[in-house]
Amino acid sequence: MTTSLHPAPPVPARTRAAAPRARFTDLVAAEWIKLWSLRSTPWTLGLATLFVLGAAALAAKADYDNFPFYEPETQRDHMFSLSDAFPQEGYLTLMIVAVSLGALSVVSEYGSGLIRTTTAAVPARGATVLAKAVVTAGVWTATGIVIAFGSFAVSQAILAGRDAAVSLSDPVSIRAVAASALLAPVCALIGLCLGVLIRHAATTMVTGIFLLLMLPTMFSSDKRWSAELSNLMPGVAWNRLTTGWMPPPRPDYFPATITESWLVLAAWPLLLLIPALLTIRRRDV
Amino acid sequence: MIEVIGLTKRYGGKTAVDDLSFTVRPGHVTGFLGPNGAGKTTTLRVILGLDAPTSGAATVGGVPFRSHSRGLHHVGALLDAQQVHGGRSAAAHLSALARSNGIGRRRVGEVLAEVGLTDAAHRRVGGFSLGMKQRLGIAAALLGDPPVLMFDEPINGMDPEGVRWVRHLFRRLAAQGRTVFLSSHLMTEMEHTADHLVVIGQGRLIAAEPLRTFADRGTRQQVTVRTPQAAAFTAALTAAGAAVDAAPDHLAVRGLSAERVGALAFANAVELHELTTRTTSLEEAFMEITAGHADHLAGSR
Repeated sequence: MTTSLHPAPPVPARTRAAAPRARFTDLVAAEWIKLWSLRSTPWTLGLATLFVLGAAALAAKADYDNFPFYEPETQRDHMFSLSDAFPQEGYLTLMIVAVSLGALSVVSEYGSGLIRTTTAAVPARGATVLAKAVVTAGVWTATGIVIAFGSFAVSQAILAGRDAAVSLSDPVSIRAVAASALLAPVCALIGLCLGVLIRHAATTMVTGIFLLLMLPTMFSSDKRWSAELSNLMPGVAWNRLTTGWMPPPRPDYFPATITESWLVLAAWPLLLLIPALLTIRRRDV
Repeated sequence: MIEVIGLTKRYGGKTAVDDLSFTVRPGHVTGFLGPNGAGKTTTLRVILGLDAPTSGAATVGGVPFRSHSRGLHHVGALLDAQQVHGGRSAAAHLSALARSNGIGRRRVGEVLAEVGLTDAAHRRVGGFSLGMKQRLGIAAALLGDPPVLMFDEPINGMDPEGVRWVRHLFRRLAAQGRTVFLSSHLMTEMEHTADHLVVIGQGRLIAAEPLRTFADRGTRQQVTVRTPQAAAFTAALTAAGAAVDAAPDHLAVRGLSAERVGALAFANAVELHELTTRTTSLEEAFMEITAGHADHLAGSR
């Protein structure tokens, strides 16, 4: 490493250029640079996409293989087609990856101490959090769209061989693809907000995964209060939106409506952003 | 200009900084000195708006730093060179910082050249030595061409060539009319770099004055005498008003000049083997003045 010792021409302190105007788009661009300058980002997004598509392909392949043994009624209705497009194992894994990567965009800065450099460069802390949220939402929505369309296309291409594919022009299919595309950004934003609130990497990850995956399993579906709490979970809302067939109404069954399920998906990131923005202003970095 | 006014910062029950006031003026390199745990880093963090003061205030250029929505054009700061993401390249780290403040990419190349990291620009920071990370941190501080620069222990981990370079840089920045504020727990470091000193211990101000004044204040001039007639001469010196410490092979005399000690020896027919004036070093002045202010004195419990 070489270093120049020759003095630069002196710059009088008084005549320096005025500071450029503070633009929010610059903060978004800075967060974009931060995200893509890490090698792990394209790898993580690519592997998550392949995993979900693979899971959808396997689910469709299983129904393709078993198709000859199904009852004629099952063959005719092929209710399994839409759930093969959005398999639990694929999308629950996607939720884990999204909540973790969303959290990392914040907790990695706390872990390394980089957050102090960031905050000294941009004292408007709330704006930095919002810029991170914009980048996270953008990147994961794009990835989510690719994954949702991809897993739908792969699974239905396989099932078409048994004449059991559903069409994308079906309103339920469109709804299911849209909800599946939004699942990843919703989870990533939940992770980001938890990261701001908790700051500690491992605690944030455990909290996020518990909240998204473990908590919903603890509710029972035949008690009204419990079922309604369960309907507030993002994963449950996604499940409702990707399901075309509902059992006939029963007194001990309390499914959420479609509208409620959309609202649940939207509310989680938006409502978590409020405490995140309030605490980051107040707390010592 | 940095102004700290009646600043107190408590973390839980522990007082890190206690009613601290001082001013750091432009055009000088000002050293911020104190033993480990004296509250230097806490003070810098409050100045940068990272931590909120419990009471009192800190301003940069007359306003609290947090009132700016972007900081790099107002203050360039290096708090801890290790606080970088090891997975990014030096260029990516600086590009993100620059972009957040609306600074163009050309400036990134300029500051990398300034700190001598051009060749390492695209290497990942995780593989950098501490000295290289210090240079990267200094490059980040220079990005916005700010009128105020603050560095926390910037010399740590630098090789001798790096130390020489960084001293030169700090003096040049001050000569350009900027405010340069460096913290260190090593007095010897300041001797070669700073014009002014702010010295704290246990969160309280000990001194804020030009380096020379501080050194003189701590200096209790001492005359070293070696003589075979130590006992007799000690009595004569004490009678003349001096304070004498008898070491095994010499006497340490305070309160009399070398001329007076020589004259006394002549008058008492004492044979002298050595007569030397010792000026206390800055390091000793620092130790002397901060004694009792160190948070963790070796062997204190």
